[in-house]
Amino acid sequence: MTPEEKFQAIVDAEDKIEPTDWMPEAYRKTLIRQIAQHAHSEVIGMQPEGNWITRAPTLHRKAILMAKVQDEAGHGLYLYSAAETLGVDRDEMQELLHNGKHKYSSIFNYPTLTWADMGTIGWLVDGAAITNQVMLTRCSYGPYSRGMVRICKEESFHQRQGYESLIRLCQGSAEQKAMAQDALDRWWWPSLMMFGPHDSDSTHTEQSMQWKIKRVSNDDLRQQFVDMTVPQADYLGITIPDPGLKWNEERGHYDFGEIDWDEFWRVVKGDGPMNRERIENKTRAWEEGAWVREAASAFAAKQSKKDAA
Amino acid sequence: MTYDVPVAPGESADLEERFETGREAWPMWEVFVRARRGISHVHIGSLHAADAETALQNARDVYTRRGEGVSVWVVPSEEIHAFEPEDALDYVDANEKVYRHATAYDIPDEVGHM
Repeated sequence: MTPEEKFQAIVDAEDKIEPTDWMPEAYRKTLIRQIAQHAHSEVIGMQPEGNWITRAPTLHRKAILMAKVQDEAGHGLYLYSAAETLGVDRDEMQELLHNGKHKYSSIFNYPTLTWADMGTIGWLVDGAAITNQVMLTRCSYGPYSRGMVRICKEESFHQRQGYESLIRLCQGSAEQKAMAQDALDRWWWPSLMMFGPHDSDSTHTEQSMQWKIKRVSNDDLRQQFVDMTVPQADYLGITIPDPGLKWNEERGHYDFGEIDWDEFWRVVKGDGPMNRERIENKTRAWEEGAWVREAASAFAAKQSKKDAA
Repeated sequence: MTYDVPVAPGESADLEERFETGREAWPMWEVFVRARRGISHVHIGSLHAADAETALQNARDVYTRRGEGVSVWVVPSEEIHAFEPEDALDYVDANEKVYRHATAYDIPDEVGHM
């Protein structure tokens, strides 16, 4: 058996590939890029919600939001660790994000305008993330798959707290309910875009499927998400902004309208409402934190000299 | 949601992008957590830190935010010595030694549970 055949045999047997196993270079590079983009998404994802921590309506909601944002930082760290097992340095990934060579999920390039956005992000954005991440727990690369198991447990808290906060808003005053409706209007389509281009336009789905990095196609995951979410919107009593949304008895699924792909590509390419600000903030935090990293290194060096003496 | 990077029409999917930082990264540490008394520490992940003390602090923040552990070990990753599945096969092939397993022995039913 060639190393390539042996690798594919492990993958086909639903066994996991571990860091020291032989793997095709393209598998390694695809994973580095995907896991890094996933990690960056968690880290950049702290900004839209961090925006509301100081303005949360109650101490309880503020504590929840802080715990959630802290989780996102943790998720970023699990994922950077997983990427590092493939031979990429963590600082290097930061630089690649800051200089625009690496991307992150476009959903975080939309602004969070009202408090209802916090609930809606938990419900829709984390809901979409869970749909994808549950699939990724079955990914062929061991460290990525294990990271996903931990992340999925915590994402469940994220989604439930978001939905519960929307229940409160929707049972509140007319203004509160209108605020929830407005948030759904703004977040619905970007949430559907999170699943990526149509399968027919997706450049690397087939190879990723063969390597079992990806287990379910973009369109199938999107359908799963829509089917799951429509009854949840009904319960809240707010309306999904899609006149084409309709139950299709024959397919056993909801039909839904077409995504604005021009907008999708515009935001992916860097022209969303918040792209520049997100990266500016991230880069500034990195640069302003440089002295802390240097001080920690200097302190560790001094201590180890003392221990040696 | 997808984390494979969408490639815009006209853009190339450059997998080769690398960046030389010119800095030395903090060492990596492996983290082991004992979930409760009476069971072993289990490997839970890894992290970077300048020294053992900050490694432990980071381990607490990253890996035990929900009472996952009552005890945490951190070990410098470079201190881990290992053999891999292929090497193991060279000197142990447990499958050939069925006599090492309790199930290799037939005990008559009338003897009862053994």
